Amino acid sequence: MSSKLASNLKYELAPYYLTMTLKESPMTDNALTKRKAPARKPAAKKVDGGQLIKFYHDMMLIRRFEERAARAYTEALIGGYCHLNLGEEAAVVGLMSALRDGDYLFTNYREHGYALMRGIDPNRVMAELYGRVDGVSKGWGGSMHMFDMAHRLLGGYGIVGGQLPLATGAALAINYRGLDEVVMCTMGDGTANIGAFHESLNIAALWNLPIVYVVINNGLGMGTTVAKASAEPEIYKRASAYAMDSERVDGLDPVLVAEAAARAIATARTGKPFLLEVVSERLRGHSVVDPAKYRSAEEVAQLAQFDPVHTLAARLVKEKFLTAAEVHKIDDEETARADVAHAFALSSAQPDVSTLFDYNYATPVANDSRRLPGEPLFTAAGRPAAETQR
Amino acid sequence: MTIKTYRQALHDTLRSEMLRDEDVFLMGEEIGVFEGSYKITAGLLAEFGEKRVRDTPIAEEGFTGAAIGAAMLGLRPVVEIMTINFSLLALDQIVNHAAKIYGMFGGQAKVPLVIRTPGGGGQQLGATHSQNIELYYAFVPGMKVVAPSTPADAKALLLAAIRDDDPVLFLENLALYNTKGDVPDDDTPAEIGKAKIKREGHDLTLIGYSRMAYIASNVADALAESEGLDIEVIDLMSLRPLDRETLIASVKKTHAAVVLEDDWLTYGIGAEIAATISDGAFDYLDAPVRRVAMAEVPMPYSKVLESAAFPTNDDVVNAIFQTLEAVGRRLKKVGQSHD
Ligand SMILES: Cc1ncc(C[n+]2csc(CCOP(=O)(O)OP(=O)(O)O)c2C)c(N)n1
Ligand SMILES: [Mg+2]
Repeated sequence: MSSKLASNLKYELAPYYLTMTLKESPMTDNALTKRKAPARKPAAKKVDGGQLIKFYHDMMLIRRFEERAARAYTEALIGGYCHLNLGEEAAVVGLMSALRDGDYLFTNYREHGYALMRGIDPNRVMAELYGRVDGVSKGWGGSMHMFDMAHRLLGGYGIVGGQLPLATGAALAINYRGLDEVVMCTMGDGTANIGAFHESLNIAALWNLPIVYVVINNGLGMGTTVAKASAEPEIYKRASAYAMDSERVDGLDPVLVAEAAARAIATARTGKPFLLEVVSERLRGHSVVDPAKYRSAEEVAQLAQFDPVHTLAARLVKEKFLTAAEVHKIDDEETARADVAHAFALSSAQPDVSTLFDYNYATPVANDSRRLPGEPLFTAAGRPAAETQR
Repeated sequence: MTIKTYRQALHDTLRSEMLRDEDVFLMGEEIGVFEGSYKITAGLLAEFGEKRVRDTPIAEEGFTGAAIGAAMLGLRPVVEIMTINFSLLALDQIVNHAAKIYGMFGGQAKVPLVIRTPGGGGQQLGATHSQNIELYYAFVPGMKVVAPSTPADAKALLLAAIRDDDPVLFLENLALYNTKGDVPDDDTPAEIGKAKIKREGHDLTLIGYSRMAYIASNVADALAESEGLDIEVIDLMSLRPLDRETLIASVKKTHAAVVLEDDWLTYGIGAEIAATISDGAFDYLDAPVRRVAMAEVPMPYSKVLESAAFPTNDDVVNAIFQTLEAVGRRLKKVGQSHD
């Protein structure tokens, strides 16, 4: 991985947002993915400037955090796979703004932005990427498996669709206890084709569970388009098979997403599960290492108009909520937070090897194996060498 | 003590645990209205209602995963998977999720889940319904796998499994449901991870679990009577963790071992036991460790073929006699059936 790619990942924001005009309906003429426009509800008439600015801060944090992570990956500070939310910032921010603190989120491996928006310290999110003890999952999860019970992020999951039955069960627990929390379960468009999708939505509808399933339709599952993978490419329509309400929303606009999410969550809180499809774009490869050669130059060129961060920046300036200088300042602030997160993660300790068996079981048990690869099963005296004795 | 069937012991334990703890609830196909494919949950829907005894759609991945999610929030679901064959549909949720969540998230979420499911074979159910694949789960760190062979152990291990904060696969067996035995009236849980010496002896160590532990006891008793043999019987009780110490101590005393399993021989649980004995008691062995396992074929339907493929008392007796011969012990009658 060259450092050339790393520097490419930093978006050149300045010249772009000043010249850009806000497209009224970017989805109706979206030739990129040939998605049909949804019957969209218009955004609230009265624009809340304060909320827009907050959204911009949040989206910028995700943008700069992800770029920082991509750079760290090329510097071999991050291992494994690393999937970014670049292009999905408005979707992530809008969705997360609609959850209460007590609500639960289950998501997939593309979850750094969700972790940040649940209120987890960026330092701890970055530390997890670096595999350090201060990481949200103490270095056990990595990019794909962030978890924080205190912030009710109940996991990023690396197995496509794995989070769906789990989230459904969390909603069952809420229902069992008669609480008024809800579960949000996000997934990608490709995930809608896995069997767990059907089993989970059917169960949730049958049992009136308080859950919102969210499909982030970024048009691609790795290199496979929605058209190639889904017999019904308008994924929100699948809800009708479960007598479930659903909606499709434009993921370029955080306000539209937040409003749609609020409607979906309100429905779920009454014990009616909901399927929300958020149409979005993946601005980069499937993961940091993917050059996305399967996308045409023309398609990639058009992606710029679906950049939610640029779009919101242009809008803030055009509608005079912020000056260009103020937009820059926000960028600088969030860039600084990402840099601080990097510095923190770098300084956080590596886990001690003596902790390797700390999480074998929640309930300690006899004869639990704690053997390192080269160790013998039995001592010379014929005693088991390392069962529970470590 | 009360004499009960294995089925009744399971039923009564589920019921008493549901009475003890509001967070314990049951989920599975046909466990409520139909009262369970093998009637373990008979009467429980009527007593506890739909919230605590939840009939599910035929969706092993979906409802097993939902039970894991509910356990993450602190409930204590007991899932019934109709037979272990169907657990394959839930393999992702069990192996990639239930077994991983505690460690993968740095100890932040527990999964106090029990999956009850019977193994089988010998009922002419054919290839897809006669497998014993507990090995798949016993292979996986993060899982606990227990396998009682008597009504008393069924109770004690089920108590332990339900009160344990980790995912436990609780292996039952179709052939054991109607077997009877004394069951203690008090609620003392077994210790997961410990094997049990069912019968003390000096001539040979006979090792089994689930149905094969039952067979082992019967064969050992019969051979004591007919041959005057003094066989030590070990019921593994727990497949993960595995109590290696008890196995080794026994083999050091008897110098010979035969391992019984209802699964396939190659890469099977018996292979792990044999390797353990070779590691821990090599110098004490007077004969190679012998394994008795299912023939390595998809189980045929035909009674004749099935009987040939499925381990019987005769197979066990033969393996014992041949092992003792290798040791150099003279026996009165070799190869006789004790069915
Ligand atoms: C069960 C399973 N199969 C395959 C994979 C490999 N894989 C990881 S992400 C992915 C594509 C998923 O696409 P989508 O659901 O659209 O989510 P996106 O990555 O676009 O956010 C695949 C095939 C996996 N992780 N799990
Ligand atoms: Mg996708």
